Amino acid sequence: MAVDEPLVRAEAVPVEPPRRRLGAGRFVRQLLLACAAILALYPVWFMISTAFKSNDQYLDNTYGFPWPLDVANFSGALRGGEFFRWLANSAILTFGSVIIATLFGALAAFAIARMRFRGRDAFLSINVGLLIVPPVVMLIPLFTLYTQFSMVSTYWGVIILYAGLTLPFSVYLLSNFFRAIPRELFESAAMDGASHLTILSRILMPLSAPALVTLVVVNSLWVWNELLIALVFLPDEQKRTLMVGVTVFQGRYNLDVPLTMAGMCLASIPMFFLYLFGQRLFIRGLTAGAVKG
Amino acid sequence: MLKTRPWVPYLYVLPAFCLIGFIFAYPVAQVFNYSFRLIRGNSGPWVGTLNYQLIFEDPTFRSAAKHSLLLLLAVPVLLAISVLVSVLLYERARGWKIYRSVLFFPFILAVPVVGIVASYMFTLNGVVNSLLGAVGIDGPDWIGDSNKALWTLMLVIVWREVGFGIILFLARLLSLPEEQLEAARIDGAGWWSRLRYVILPELRGTIEFYCVIAAITMLAWVFGYVWTLTKGGPGDATTVLELYIYNQGLRNSLPGMASAVAVLLMGATMIFVALLFYVRRRQHEEEVA
Repeated sequence: MAVDEPLVRAEAVPVEPPRRRLGAGRFVRQLLLACAAILALYPVWFMISTAFKSNDQYLDNTYGFPWPLDVANFSGALRGGEFFRWLANSAILTFGSVIIATLFGALAAFAIARMRFRGRDAFLSINVGLLIVPPVVMLIPLFTLYTQFSMVSTYWGVIILYAGLTLPFSVYLLSNFFRAIPRELFESAAMDGASHLTILSRILMPLSAPALVTLVVVNSLWVWNELLIALVFLPDEQKRTLMVGVTVFQGRYNLDVPLTMAGMCLASIPMFFLYLFGQRLFIRGLTAGAVKG
Repeated sequence: MLKTRPWVPYLYVLPAFCLIGFIFAYPVAQVFNYSFRLIRGNSGPWVGTLNYQLIFEDPTFRSAAKHSLLLLLAVPVLLAISVLVSVLLYERARGWKIYRSVLFFPFILAVPVVGIVASYMFTLNGVVNSLLGAVGIDGPDWIGDSNKALWTLMLVIVWREVGFGIILFLARLLSLPEEQLEAARIDGAGWWSRLRYVILPELRGTIEFYCVIAAITMLAWVFGYVWTLTKGGPGDATTVLELYIYNQGLRNSLPGMASAVAVLLMGATMIFVALLFYVRRRQHEEEVA
C-alpha cells in the first residue's frame, strides 16, 4: 500500500522539467531500460522457444524462431507420470510447512505485539538475527539427527525443517503487522470478555489478511524453490520434489535440450501464475522491513 | 497491551520457540561441538582444533574459500545495477510499471531452473556463442574453461538476484516524500547532482542493508546455482564453501571438517551483520550529535 501512495501524488501535481533536456534524457533512459528488459527476458524466451522445437530444429539453429511448433517435448517431459509426483511432493511440503509457519508465527506474533512479558524484545531480536543464518550452517547436525531418528525421507520431517526455517521471517512480518492494528479494536473486545484466541482469530487475523497472504506467498516461493534441503533430506526417489526433479531431468536428457527446456517450462508454470496474480504481494513481502530503515 | 496472567504470553510463544530451538539453536550449538571432534555417527572424541588445521591444509578448501570471496565482487555490481535501474524506473520512464514487472521476473524463477537453462545457454556451441558468432565474435568456453567458469557463475547469479535489488530500491524511493526531489529539480539540479545529493543520501540505509544481504547471499546461499550450472567444476574451479560443506559432510563422510567450515561461514555472515549494526549506530550518533 505504502509503495503505491506517492504515485497518486505524482499524478496530482504534474511537474514538467524543461523540455529540451528531456528529449535526450528520455531516449537514453528508454534505451537503458529496453536493454535491461531484453537481458532479463532473453533466457526466458530461450527456455520457452527451445521447448517448442524438435531436437533437429534446435541443433540446426539454437536461437531461431520455433517454427513449425513442436509440442512433443511437453508430452515427453510428462511421460511416466514422474513429473506429477514431484509436483505433488512439492505441494505437500509447501502446504504443510507454510501452514505450520503461519500458525506458529501468528501465535508468537500475537504475544509479541500485544502482551508484555520478560524476554519479549530478546525473542524478537533473535528472530531478526536468524533471518540471515544460511541453512547450510545447520545442515550437518540436522542431517545427523535426522538419520539417528529415521526422519530422513519423511514428509513430516522435512515439513518441520521448512516450517522452522521460514518461521523467523513469519514472526517478524506478522508482529510488525499486528502492532500496526489500532488497539481500540481489540481492547473493547477484551473488555466484552472475548478470550485471547477469539481476539486473535476473529479480529487480528482477518484484519491482517493482506499480511497473511503476503506471508503465505513469500514463504511458498521459498519452500517451492528450495534445493539443498530437498536434495539432502529426501533421498528417496518417491519423495523427490520438483526442484530435485528438474536436476534429475538435466542429467537424464542431457543431449535432448528441447525436452529439458519443456521440463523447465512446466516446472515454472505454478510460480508464474502466482506471480501473475500476486506480483504486488511478492513485492510487498520481499521489501517488508527493508524499506522502513 | 492486553492484560494477562504472567505465564500466558509464554504459552503463545512456546510453539515458535521450540521449533526455532530445534531448527536453529540445537544445530548451531552442535555444529560448534562437531567442529572440535572427530565425528563418527553422531559423536566422537574431542580433537581440539584439528579439523580447522585440516581444512586449511586442504587445497580444495582454500580454493573454495577463494571462490566464495571472489563471488563477493558481485555485490558492487548488483548494487550499481539495481540503484541505477530503480532510479530510472522511479523517474516514471514511459512504461515503468511494465519494466518493473519484467525486470523482477527472473527472481521468480527457481534457482535450479535458472542454473539448468544457463548451463545449456553457455555451452561451447550454445545459444550465447551462436548469437556472438552471428555478430562476428568468437565466444569463449563459458563453463568448460576453468578460468572463466566462476565469472559465468557470477553472471548467472547477478542476472537473477538483481531483480530483488531493483524492487527493493524502487519501493524505498516510492516511499520518500517527493517535495525534496521536486525542489532540486526546480532549482535546476541536473540528473547526476540529483542522484548524488538527493537520492543517494536518502537511499543510504537501504544501500547498507542491501549490501549485507547481497554479501551473505553470495557467500552462503548460492548452492542451487553451483549445483545445477557446474557442480563445482571443471575441476574445483567453481567449488564454493557451501558445496565444500555438502561434499565433505555428506559425500566424504567428514562431518567434523564440514562443521568447521560451517562455523567459519557463520562467523563471516555475523561479521557482515555486525558491520551493518556498527554503521547504523555511528550514523545514529551523528544524527543525535
